[in-house]
Amino acid sequence: MFKLSMDRIQELLSSLGTVLAPVESAGQVNFGVWSADATLRLDALHTVKSPKDAFFPQTEELARFKLEGKNISVGVPEIKDEPFVLFGVRACDARSFDILDRVFLSDPVDVGYATRRNLGTVVTLACSRPGETCFCQTFGIDPSEPAGDVSTWIDGGFLYWKPVTEKGEKLTETVKALFEETDDSAVEAAKANIRAILDRLPLKDLSLEGWGGDVLMEKFSDEKWEEISSACLGCGTCTFVCPTCQCYDIRDFDTGNGVQRYRCWDSCMYKDFTMMAHGTPRPTQLQRFRQRFMHKLVYFPSNNEGMFSCVGCGRCVAKCPVSSHIVKVIKTFGEGNK
Amino acid sequence: MNNSLIPMLGVVTAIRRDTPDVKTFRVEAIGGGKCFEHIPGQCAMLSIPGVSEAMFSITSSPTVKEYQEFSIKKCGVLTEWLHQMEVGQQVTIRGPYGNGFPVEGDLKGKDLLFIAGGIGLAPLHSVINYVRDNRENYGTVDVVYGSRSADDLVDLREIQEEWIGTPGLNVHLTIDRPQDSWDGHVGFVPSYVTELGFDPNKTVLVCGPPIMIKFVLKALMDLGFSRTNIYTTMELRMKCAIGKCGRCNIGDKYVCKDGPVFRFDELDELPNEY
Repeated sequence: MFKLSMDRIQELLSSLGTVLAPVESAGQVNFGVWSADATLRLDALHTVKSPKDAFFPQTEELARFKLEGKNISVGVPEIKDEPFVLFGVRACDARSFDILDRVFLSDPVDVGYATRRNLGTVVTLACSRPGETCFCQTFGIDPSEPAGDVSTWIDGGFLYWKPVTEKGEKLTETVKALFEETDDSAVEAAKANIRAILDRLPLKDLSLEGWGGDVLMEKFSDEKWEEISSACLGCGTCTFVCPTCQCYDIRDFDTGNGVQRYRCWDSCMYKDFTMMAHGTPRPTQLQRFRQRFMHKLVYFPSNNEGMFSCVGCGRCVAKCPVSSHIVKVIKTFGEGNK
Repeated sequence: MNNSLIPMLGVVTAIRRDTPDVKTFRVEAIGGGKCFEHIPGQCAMLSIPGVSEAMFSITSSPTVKEYQEFSIKKCGVLTEWLHQMEVGQQVTIRGPYGNGFPVEGDLKGKDLLFIAGGIGLAPLHSVINYVRDNRENYGTVDVVYGSRSADDLVDLREIQEEWIGTPGLNVHLTIDRPQDSWDGHVGFVPSYVTELGFDPNKTVLVCGPPIMIKFVLKALMDLGFSRTNIYTTMELRMKCAIGKCGRCNIGDKYVCKDGPVFRFDELDELPNEY
């Protein structure tokens, strides 16, 4: 364990190479490239969008085509191979990378994701003040001991820095001179303080009992979906702020000088998501709403040894304009919350 | 590392008009030969850059060594464009995708009953020709195929000239309504299946419009068939074809990689969202 006065945080960040950190821009805090004149917001509990962008960008060029007569030529853009540090990631978002890994690193591996995952070092930050929409504990996540390549805590004007993985050790070597050595007990008080807050959170007892991979048809056929989905606007906000949503679209764009094929985030909440020439298998919002939550709480666990595709970050709880979010779904059906 | 989403180039070397709205396209790699090997029932992503990319059944049998064929019905933006192609047009292609039919597994040694409606013959065409080319490995083969009219029967010339006459292979054609030029059977596929009354120990491969499949299943159940002996192949919207983009997810399956071929007892375990 190492420590550094928070007065020297800029010095640390400027020594880490390319850093993506929570910075404020136009009144919103999101992960962005840090520079000395950026407004660093390590106090913000959640960024608006999750940091999944760093590995799975919201839009990404896949290929370029030129069409001449009957001939086509294909060009593939280079994937940037610059190492970077993702700094200030919360415990919930750090867990989301394990979930995305299951999708993008399973055979066949997604090349862009794998490349960026290798290049990125994740520095997590303990949540000094978990909020009322937080329910990461439901998924066994401990925000007082956030998993990552390096775990950090901010307490009493100091940043505490603990390398966890080999990648984290390597990064630490490059900035060791800035730090003062200390022992793990230095953050015990901070951890106790976080745990005391967790014990008072409104969603601390949210239970997943009744959910999982083995209740597929029983949950799918439940009549309660009708009522709980009735308010859903199909706006897709939940999907775009979600750290684990990974559905994507691939589209072609005529640049006027060839065709750009790009990939972008998409939402199963949208009607066009499954639309084919002869129609869609999910014509109602009820079906699309059910698909999203069944995927996170039943289908994904069924394929991933019980791992849920939710980390309890609470972004959708805060952002859903009609409060038809995952906590409501878990509570409506989950036997453990009666 | 190979990026699965980046296609290779293919070239259209022959185009055959099958019906007023179905054409069959022969695709080869640039410089000749097949773009890749496949097993019957597998699919490939075809695209014209700037239009879109979509999944199509590979219609030709893997026993054809020089090329692959795709029978495609004109029904949307990309297929309209494909139908305007001329020989020599390059396309992008990637694959093969999906599980295919178990031609070297559970189908081997069995009496096979193929039931198809309209363009639904396309995915079965590959299996039928594979079975014809490996005739000794399979029992008797029956093909029940129907369409709206005689003009809408895909591959009619091949069926009449090559399939009919194959030892141990019986072809039963039908069209929905009487037509002057047609002296064969008239009536819908499900009722024709009932009329023909097959031995329920046969293994069935069925593909066609959802409404036809629904009534064919009922006819087969009435004849005493088991759902564990009936295979079908599904189509859903797909973008990645490798089980990641989320579009073809039904229950805990992805049609692009866990399918498109499923047995009906497997489909019974899944939500009916297809």
